Amino acid sequence: MSTQFRPTEDTQVCDVVAWALSDGTPLEIVGHGTKSGIGRTVNLSATLETGDLTGITYYEPSELALTARAGTPLADIEAKLAENQQQLAFEPPDLGPLFGAPAGQATIGGIVGCNLSGPRRVKAGAARDHFLGVNAVSGRGELFKSGGRVVKNVSGYDLCKVLAGSYGTLAVLTDVTLKVLPAPEKTRTVLAFGLDDAAAVRAMGEAARSTLEPSALAHMPKPVATGSDVSYVAQADASVTAIRVEGTEQSVLYRCERLRELLGALASVEELHGHNSATLWRGIGNVGPFVARPDRPVWRLSVPPSAASAIVNEIDGVCEADWYYDWAGGLIWLAVDPGTEDGGASIVRGALAHAGQGGHATLVRGDAELRARVPVFQPQSAPLAALSARLKAQFDPQGVLNPGRMVTEGR
Amino acid sequence: MQMPEPDRQVIAARDDLIGALRAIVPGEGVIADSDELSAYETDGLTAYKMRPMVVVLPETTGQVADILKLCADRRVKVVPRGAGTGLSGGALPLADGVTLGLGKFNQILEIDYDNRCAVVQPGVTNLAISQAVDQDGYYYAPDPSSQIACSIGGNVAENSGGVHCLKYGVTTNNILGIEMVTMDGEVLRLGGRHLDAEGYDLLGIMTGSEGLLGVITEITVRILTKPETARALLIGFPSVEAGGACVAGVIEAGIIPGGMEMMDKAAIHAAEDFCHAGYPLDVESLLIVELDGPQVEVDGLIETVSEIAKSCGAISVRVSESDEERQRFWLGRKAAFPAVGRISPDYYCMDGTIPRKRLPDILKAMSELSKKYDLRVANVFHAGDGNLHPLILYDANNPGELEKTEEFGAEILKLCVEMGGVLSGEHGIGVEKRDLMGAMFNEIDLNQQQRVKCAFDPEGLLNPGKVFPELHRCAELGKMHVHHGKLPFPDLPRF
Repeated sequence: MSTQFRPTEDTQVCDVVAWALSDGTPLEIVGHGTKSGIGRTVNLSATLETGDLTGITYYEPSELALTARAGTPLADIEAKLAENQQQLAFEPPDLGPLFGAPAGQATIGGIVGCNLSGPRRVKAGAARDHFLGVNAVSGRGELFKSGGRVVKNVSGYDLCKVLAGSYGTLAVLTDVTLKVLPAPEKTRTVLAFGLDDAAAVRAMGEAARSTLEPSALAHMPKPVATGSDVSYVAQADASVTAIRVEGTEQSVLYRCERLRELLGALASVEELHGHNSATLWRGIGNVGPFVARPDRPVWRLSVPPSAASAIVNEIDGVCEADWYYDWAGGLIWLAVDPGTEDGGASIVRGALAHAGQGGHATLVRGDAELRARVPVFQPQSAPLAALSARLKAQFDPQGVLNPGRMVTEGR
Repeated sequence: MQMPEPDRQVIAARDDLIGALRAIVPGEGVIADSDELSAYETDGLTAYKMRPMVVVLPETTGQVADILKLCADRRVKVVPRGAGTGLSGGALPLADGVTLGLGKFNQILEIDYDNRCAVVQPGVTNLAISQAVDQDGYYYAPDPSSQIACSIGGNVAENSGGVHCLKYGVTTNNILGIEMVTMDGEVLRLGGRHLDAEGYDLLGIMTGSEGLLGVITEITVRILTKPETARALLIGFPSVEAGGACVAGVIEAGIIPGGMEMMDKAAIHAAEDFCHAGYPLDVESLLIVELDGPQVEVDGLIETVSEIAKSCGAISVRVSESDEERQRFWLGRKAAFPAVGRISPDYYCMDGTIPRKRLPDILKAMSELSKKYDLRVANVFHAGDGNLHPLILYDANNPGELEKTEEFGAEILKLCVEMGGVLSGEHGIGVEKRDLMGAMFNEIDLNQQQRVKCAFDPEGLLNPGKVFPELHRCAELGKMHVHHGKLPFPDLPRF
């Protein structure tokens, strides 16, 4: 029989963890559970849901900071920020639909716990870069805090960093404080058609290195572009490279023009305004192109941009796959044919290793059987894995928080 | 300041240790002579001094690993040191400790424009990175005011900031990877030229860890393209409140300036006397707002900020019309510390952060404290991000004045915490603010932080006596009391 706990107070979170310790029953930690499909299958009989820890408890627009309880829906936070023309600059994606959940269900705790960032990450930083302060309950059942409400802070270790992206394996987040920033007055996206992968990555690199300050740079090969929700992209009958500029009106119009010149020297160009631009980037951030065929394993590769197209080229040579690039080539989303041996793990990680430029590959979507069989997260060197295990033990000595979600061995 | 009790056995075995260190680092890389050691007895926080037992200056990662392994085997404490410019005593030596200096790690190893990063050794100065990529139109964004001397390794250890942090982030937002050595001599690589960690973000926790978790031997930093243009406004206000309102007004208008710095009257006068930057002297607060980006954007924002300033009651607004003029605006601010040094025999630089809107409150409280302690104070302030640098003026030759100054400083930092801020914005806790950590964190918070150290350095040999007011053994921290009789927890909502 499975037990679900839905605490409404921080002290109850402590009590649940104390119960887990005393009962010897590990807990699956979730917000609304939209991203439970990421990581190894935990399969635990008890679940701690933070979905009832809700509410924005601090928001001062002129201080550029917001505190919310971990289960607060991301949508509520974004709506509140929009009232003051502000936003979360790391552009948190909504990965719910990729796992078959409805859109708009993500909690802020889940976003931070998985360190998920969207297309603007390349310019504005990741979720972890905007994570200023935290209250959390450790696997010892103790409520602790770290960080604060200000952007400049060197007062003790920055525990926020290690909690971001720890998938609930170190502590249960109860409150998070995030840096918020002004939303841009204007946005334009310039499209270039028909570039091959290598040329597109070079073009994105050139734009990223220019003084035009693009806030997002992505490339969709033709098979992916064809499925876009934006007609200009879907009907292009070619690959589409998209580069976005944001800021004050005058600045955006000027930079858009300069970007058209830069890309126009390589390909035919078009530009997207308001709604179309927003739809395009939402789809790119939310892995929209791979929602439709849930049977395909989906990989997320973080690589140095200069290595991106060679890595993809090697993978493409040996398996059936679709892919697209974000972060100027630094992020590759890849969906492989369901019949591919070990979900493509050896091929994908082999290509990374052959490129020899570092980076990592995560199996973001795969069925439970596959995720139990292949390492979901990039395997680490033995000393690094040992250090990570020691760190886990210092937060969660009995292994009661999401044990096995990130690594197979140990707790 | 109470430091860990020196281990007499370690001190007694000093000669043997020196011999073993010389076998690892030959020649002049091991400093054991008493006079030569005195050069290492303090860092930028000169009020604290201690002669190290021995100093070692390795040149390779392999040597660093061997030194740490040797010290771990012999249970000898190690204090890592960069350029020694830190202001919180993070590199304060131990009488029974080895000071491990990284000054010979001074090479820029690779500049990789394709991936917009540079691979550097930790002893390279902050400014040298920007200089190395300047001719190609790039720079490294964090720019602490000591950038000409401070090392990038020290910047990572202290998570240094600078005047550009509001828009471009602090060190932790601008590094991609490091190579580090743990206390037991294991060499690890965290991150690389890609974005985001593949597991726990150990790079994030190393940044700002003040030399307590590992020794950094290589760093991959992000480099940015220099903006098309930059222009600054120099704005004088009749009150501190009016200046504070202007800062809030700029942010509320959705503008994130490249830099936004404030000075109070004492700092304005000291700076103007020192470098004749042309600052107005009939104002109570002075704001420098720098805007950078495409020309058309900057020109537009200059207009907007001018209007906000006027609406907040500015009595003088000057806009830079050339890059030379922009740099002149900065001249006084950048020289504010030495300028204050000229009007007082000694000064003590504090470093707290507060929510921006509490600026007038804290300045008012500080002027009251100034009367209470009978010590003058000048303020420079990274207004954009709420980071305060009060400079307390004192004379160390007056008996008891240093102690009084430290007490004054501690009161300011406690006020910062009470106002919703933090103890340190960019200088670190070190030894200086160690005993104030209890003002910000309770025992559970501090114990959880120390458990992180246990994962990296279970014997507590790396830089002990810094950051944490009380040292606990890892075994003690690891104890857990679990009620094995099944507890009912009747109040828990279950479904």
